[in-house]
Amino acid sequence: MDGFLASPIGILAITVAQTLALLVPVLIAVAYLTLAERKVLAAMQLRRGPNVVGPFGLLQPFADALKMLMKETIIPSGANRFLFVLAPMLLFMLAMIAWAVIPVQDGWAIADINVGILYLFAVSSLGVYGVIIAGWASNSKYAFLGALRSAAQMVSYEVSIGFVIVTVLLCVGSLNLSDVVRAQERVWFFIPLFPMFIIFFISALAETNRAPFDLPEGESELVAGFFVEYSSMSFALFFLGEYANMILMSALTTILFLGGWHPPMHMEPFTWIPGFVWFALKIALLLFVFIWVRATFPRYRYDQLMRLGWKVFLPFSLVWLVLTAAVLKLAGWLPA
Amino acid sequence: MIAALAFYLFAAILIASAVMVVTARNPVHSVLFLILAFFNAAALFLIAGAEFLAMILVIVYVGAVAVLFLFVVMMLDIDFARLREGFQRYAPIGAIIGGILFLELVFVLGSWSFSDQASELRLSPTPGGGVTNAEAIGRVLYTDYVYLFQASGLVLLVAMIGAIVLTHRQREGTKRQDIAAQVHRTGSVVLEKVPSGTGIAALGIRRPPEPEAEPPKVTHEAGHGHEGHH
Repeated sequence: MDGFLASPIGILAITVAQTLALLVPVLIAVAYLTLAERKVLAAMQLRRGPNVVGPFGLLQPFADALKMLMKETIIPSGANRFLFVLAPMLLFMLAMIAWAVIPVQDGWAIADINVGILYLFAVSSLGVYGVIIAGWASNSKYAFLGALRSAAQMVSYEVSIGFVIVTVLLCVGSLNLSDVVRAQERVWFFIPLFPMFIIFFISALAETNRAPFDLPEGESELVAGFFVEYSSMSFALFFLGEYANMILMSALTTILFLGGWHPPMHMEPFTWIPGFVWFALKIALLLFVFIWVRATFPRYRYDQLMRLGWKVFLPFSLVWLVLTAAVLKLAGWLPA
Repeated sequence: MIAALAFYLFAAILIASAVMVVTARNPVHSVLFLILAFFNAAALFLIAGAEFLAMILVIVYVGAVAVLFLFVVMMLDIDFARLREGFQRYAPIGAIIGGILFLELVFVLGSWSFSDQASELRLSPTPGGGVTNAEAIGRVLYTDYVYLFQASGLVLLVAMIGAIVLTHRQREGTKRQDIAAQVHRTGSVVLEKVPSGTGIAALGIRRPPEPEAEPPKVTHEAGHGHEGHH
């Protein structure tokens, strides 16, 4: 048995098993996030939300998925067929492959690579291609305008996300995600780096095109933005990709600022609960805030969005980065 | 064996997509093939053990540069018939330039010789002892080449300022939003507790409000009239 596990086929089998063990819960979480969003929004707007399909509406995501599958796939006659079909797949696939480096618990990452955070940053910056290609391949004005908005928005907010990540990395001294979490054993980074935590979270909202930064799909002026022309399963893939990205950005926020798998205190009742449960709980908390923000804030105007990204977040995170570096250097806290 | 196979696979796709960048009829397809080429180059870096460079290549070129490139190419209205005009007229000049570049390459590669330690260096691209890629690059970049590094940053800064100076223009009559003034404005909104059943008329509030003594100054600049567009 040991010989088989060390052979190339064995390694492949183990990797496939690990991938399934991670992605199946992620996909179930995506399905139930759609339900949770509708329920939470309903509660905040004094409604009941979906409660007909199954007990408490628990089967609603599956009913929605089945409905989507039964619909006809329509490809507009002027569309670029190949790219039109490719775009939703790309968006969904990118949201999935990013999970390869996420450490769910100490040592529980499919690929515990040394440049894990760069890999995540690279994959999340590729998400914009799914949007641009979808908007362009649809051959529709609404879709194209949505795609252009999205491209400018995602590129703008990536800059400040980059500075926030560099600040955290200065405190860690490693690009490995597991090391980032281990460095927070005593104090979670959201306490010393609180402003950066806020900037990162708001930028994550913009990066995932969530309210109040959901201009790429602004219903009131662009119908549905870059995916107006999509129907059936390709439409569903856009939604799955968006929700999977929300979970991914929450996971990244948890790893960078909320101490990953660490319990709030290293003492008796907290340490009984395994690390991956803490990780999931923190992600769930952040997802709740995502939905809460959507229920609370009106949509930004486009020039306000650009102003916030370039004139507020960028200078602020740059100054905070220099400040952090100076404090670490002067106090002698720089990690080796 | 698997590494060699992967190398030839990625290298073949890289060259094929690079050819497609030049020959594709649709410029958007060209940019997409360019992105594919970047990806395969990143994969080659990974095989060579330079994971940091591979990730930086994807982040900088695919994640930022190619996005803006795609952005511009999609917005341009390119007329292919016009582009293909005059091919025969320009072909000799292109051939001459290509020939000169080829000769230069031959001269450079003809006098090329590998250093003695080349094969050993290739086997261990980073100075051993658990030094990661990023650290190895940082040690060289921020010690030996720190001035060159800073100078290249300055060149980029100058390019950026130049681009802003060339495109920025101050237009007359634009209305700008002053967020700080808006946030600090008080007194314009008042919360009143309204007795139920009587409405705001009981508080002496009239709708619509009385016209202000001095109507706000409305300026009619060209292109900024908002009347009748709603």
